[in-house]
Amino acid sequence: MKNWGYSIHKDNQIDLDRNDTSVYKALILVEPSIARCISCGSCCATCSSGEYTSLSFRKIMIQISRGETKDLYSNLSQCMLCGKCILVCPRDVNTRNAITKLLQILTTKN
Amino acid sequence: MAESKKIAVIGGGIAGMEAAGNLVNLGFEVYLIERTNRLGGNVANWYCLFPDFKPSSKVVEQLKPAIQNKVQFRFGAEVCKTEKKGNKHLLHLNDGEVLECDAVVVASGFSLFDAHRKEEYGYGIYDNVITSADLEKQLAENHTVMTTQHKAPRKIAFIHCVGSRDHKVGNAYCSKVCCVTGVKQAIEVAKMHPEAEIYSFYMDLRMYDRQFEDLYMEAQTQHNVRFIRGRLSECFENADKTILLKAEDTLSGKPFRLSVDMVVLLVGMQADQSLKHISDMFALKTSDDRFLSVADVHTSSIYSGVEGVYLAGACTGPKSIHETLNSARAAALSTAIYLNQN
Repeated sequence: MKNWGYSIHKDNQIDLDRNDTSVYKALILVEPSIARCISCGSCCATCSSGEYTSLSFRKIMIQISRGETKDLYSNLSQCMLCGKCILVCPRDVNTRNAITKLLQILTTKN
Repeated sequence: MAESKKIAVIGGGIAGMEAAGNLVNLGFEVYLIERTNRLGGNVANWYCLFPDFKPSSKVVEQLKPAIQNKVQFRFGAEVCKTEKKGNKHLLHLNDGEVLECDAVVVASGFSLFDAHRKEEYGYGIYDNVITSADLEKQLAENHTVMTTQHKAPRKIAFIHCVGSRDHKVGNAYCSKVCCVTGVKQAIEVAKMHPEAEIYSFYMDLRMYDRQFEDLYMEAQTQHNVRFIRGRLSECFENADKTILLKAEDTLSGKPFRLSVDMVVLLVGMQADQSLKHISDMFALKTSDDRFLSVADVHTSSIYSGVEGVYLAGACTGPKSIHETLNSARAAALSTAIYLNQN
């Protein structure tokens, strides 16, 4: 393709008027404890997988609530379901169940 | 018995009412000077209170019996000038009356931040941008909230820290009660409009007191209030009178946009303009935040440092109702101890 010396950037903005938050809405019905998340990050700090991969439960909660689901499935697949995150969560979020339910929702969706 | 000593309480809000009531109870003669024609100050303009949704009018009513027919009220009155005569303070009122007092309790309160000053938020420009005080007024009058076009709002955003923690407007301090007020109002609106989506834009959520954290949890779990960490940069009005919000979603690290039917600005507290005049008259010190300084923030937070002048309520900085009333009782007790020793 001809190089005109400029390129067009993809919009980096989160547009909640257009984004589809149905995954979050489906998850909160089957695992209501995710509403309690305050993004403290203790789940990620204790996560064995997160030390080596892009898995971050905190980020996933924020992303799905904003309808941003890019790379979600591959990130989730890094989870070893060890459950350490449940032990450290100060708000009693059932993190491991949220991940398994989220994988189910995404599998049924696609 | 010797003639009872006289005290002037400046301000008829809840701090002044509580201080006056306690001083009357302790056997003193009290003048209550209030510039408007009613009692209760800012609290009388509110609908319900955190954390238990008690109607604010009930608080004002509860404070009345201790002062009615016991205190000498001076409504529509302001102190223009003061003089010292020995240990006594002579207070010249705007109607020419001169009150001779042995002690003074300043309980002049606060005023709310004028949201017009944050022009980028569009208050006074866009129809559906209101303040937390406007919302309380709507709730008190109609027991519900509607957009200016008389529609039930489907999306509402609460904006925290408007006029607080903001060097640009000269208010660097935290007003401390707006966080929980925002959560309380979000719950009230959610109960009235269960189908509505409610968003809350915050920098920090300072749930510092008993039961505040419970309210925050209730907002999250019972009413699905969505908390977005990021300070609103600006508002725009769409053609259909909805409001487009632009902020940074700091937890995603991305810019964020959202249209809502209604924006509620959680305005902070600031020193009332009259406080400058009061501090000049009595030679009281003020701090950088323009509220009155206290003799010692730990051990003497209700004493001005000027003999015979005590401080009650939000004239020494933002306070919740129970903090205000406790400071008023403390100011009354310290005044009584001072007068009994002199």
